[in-house]
Amino acid sequence: MAYAVETRDLTRIFSGKKRQRKRRKAEDGGTGPVTALDRANLQIQEGELFGLLGPNGAGKTTLIKILATLLLPTSGQALVAGHDVAKDVFPIRQRINMVSGGETSGYGLLTARENIWMFSQFYGVPSKVSKARIDELMHTFGLWEKRDARVRMLSSGQRQKMNMIRGFVTDPDILFLDEPTLGLDVNASRVIRDYVKNWVKGRRGKTVLLTTHYMMEADEMCDRIAIIDRGRILACDTPTNLKRTIRLDTTFRLEVDTLRDATSFSSIRGVKNFSSRDDIATNRTHLTFILEDEAPVAEILSRIMGQGAWVHSLQKSEPTLEDVFISMVGRGLE
Amino acid sequence: MSAATARRSDLRYRLSLNLRSVFGRAYPRVIGANREPSWIFFEALLPLLGIAAYVFVYEAFRDRAIAGLTDPAQIEAIKATTDGLVASVVLGGTMVAFWLNVLWSMASQLYWEKEIGNLQLYMMAPMNRMALLGGMALGGMFMTSVRALSTLVAGILVFGVAYEVADPLTLVAVFFVTLIALYGMGMMFASLYLLWGREAWHLSALLEEPIFFSSGFYFPQAGLYQVGGWARAVAIAGTFIPATLGLDAMRQLVLGPTAFGGQLWILGVGQELALLAVFAVVFLILARYALAYLEMLAKREGKLTSRHQ
Repeated sequence: MAYAVETRDLTRIFSGKKRQRKRRKAEDGGTGPVTALDRANLQIQEGELFGLLGPNGAGKTTLIKILATLLLPTSGQALVAGHDVAKDVFPIRQRINMVSGGETSGYGLLTARENIWMFSQFYGVPSKVSKARIDELMHTFGLWEKRDARVRMLSSGQRQKMNMIRGFVTDPDILFLDEPTLGLDVNASRVIRDYVKNWVKGRRGKTVLLTTHYMMEADEMCDRIAIIDRGRILACDTPTNLKRTIRLDTTFRLEVDTLRDATSFSSIRGVKNFSSRDDIATNRTHLTFILEDEAPVAEILSRIMGQGAWVHSLQKSEPTLEDVFISMVGRGLE
Repeated sequence: MSAATARRSDLRYRLSLNLRSVFGRAYPRVIGANREPSWIFFEALLPLLGIAAYVFVYEAFRDRAIAGLTDPAQIEAIKATTDGLVASVVLGGTMVAFWLNVLWSMASQLYWEKEIGNLQLYMMAPMNRMALLGGMALGGMFMTSVRALSTLVAGILVFGVAYEVADPLTLVAVFFVTLIALYGMGMMFASLYLLWGREAWHLSALLEEPIFFSSGFYFPQAGLYQVGGWARAVAIAGTFIPATLGLDAMRQLVLGPTAFGGQLWILGVGQELALLAVFAVVFLILARYALAYLEMLAKREGKLTSRHQ
């Protein structure tokens, strides 16, 4: 069976310029070139809304750029719609589109409508068809009022909606969304998420590959999710099945005064993994523990108070995708 | 993929796709020519200052040369030469707009596009890359022609220049072949920017003024050949910029081949037109292959997108 997207041992190594290599060597003790993708294997079926979940620098964007024919793999193979991204780009480019979060593409002199129309021409969409689609999508995304506003006058949320319309106006079979709701307010994010979900489910043969580091977004939208970190695919399954892998574990979340040392918890017996995040605004530390059972809680509290910190909240919770991530790599997504 | 998602790839489809792409990419430049009225001041009237500087220098030389002369024939000859120089400067100053457009809005355009995030969207699209460059070139030609024409009209009115066009068809042919060759060169340079980025940006800054000189934008360039030595070397190098031969041919066509005693022309108009046609074809072919090769290199090295994207 041909997949919408398939990668086989896909590897991408950035060697950089000579002087960058020298500097990197000096900075990180000689790790040399950066491996952005490390033998990644994925199969995404047609009609799937597939998520790639991982922290910044995990290799999500690199993978999307390879699939979008913008970057060549160092080794391995990537197939999009059954075509090799390194050898047969035309049929791939006809079928794909990509939208990235925080994108600043387009020309400030043009109106939102003109900008989207311009990009549709690069896919050969007849002007009449393009304009009808743009009008329909502008209504759907709540951008109709701004159709004749120059792009440079749009807010970042409006601009991102315009980018999303640019992605859909060419009616792609496979859409790559790279952090599409990055920095958007709740309402704008909701509009985008709802449209993407309906687009995949309401039309035959449409596939979306979504990268995000918002776990709620991945959980809510995706049929399947691959967890990626440091270029490696750590797990790939439905959100429910991923969470089931740690269901036997116990998840505790604590909010405490900022800790001087948040590294010592790993030595406590029964702590499978944990993550900590300092919040400078509130001067507090947020801790998430994946425990074998509840026995280590007393020891954890004792060590926190041993540092003179107060515990402001303690909560036992259902596992989330972030907990799955923490249990796998020992740190959070942020 | 399912049959429902089959896409066309026949010749007719590809032709339509690339024509739409050319038109789509030209559109912002065509619109840009009208949407910001400030260009009238900055790009039509301001260049007159540069032209005026040369005009005043030539007129000062004229006044000095005729001071103390009594022979009316001699005085008339000097005045005619000065008028010819002023007319050359106005024409050259007008053509400067095209050179600047090629340098900053063609050659370095892909660098800009990368910085604002457009380049990856262009490179991901199924259109031919020459359609992208062709659209940029056509839009640039239109936009710059509007501005250059405004400068020319203002120059004619302000400095009282008179042109006599005996062969308008040849003039139009020379003008368009010059533009095709010039923008072909810009398309070739554009591909280099995919790989060199900021370094090539500095190259543009470096090339700007020397090309004004070696192409003879403000004086008949053949004068450099007569100086000999280093000036001849500069003149030969400048001849490879299509604006040089184009300007020389256009000056011959609007001033007459006997202007400046017929001594300040590089070649005959026919020869210059033929050379320009060769330049146009060679630059376009080089641009096509350079772009394909450098796109592949850029994809390998990860330079089609900015680091922050």
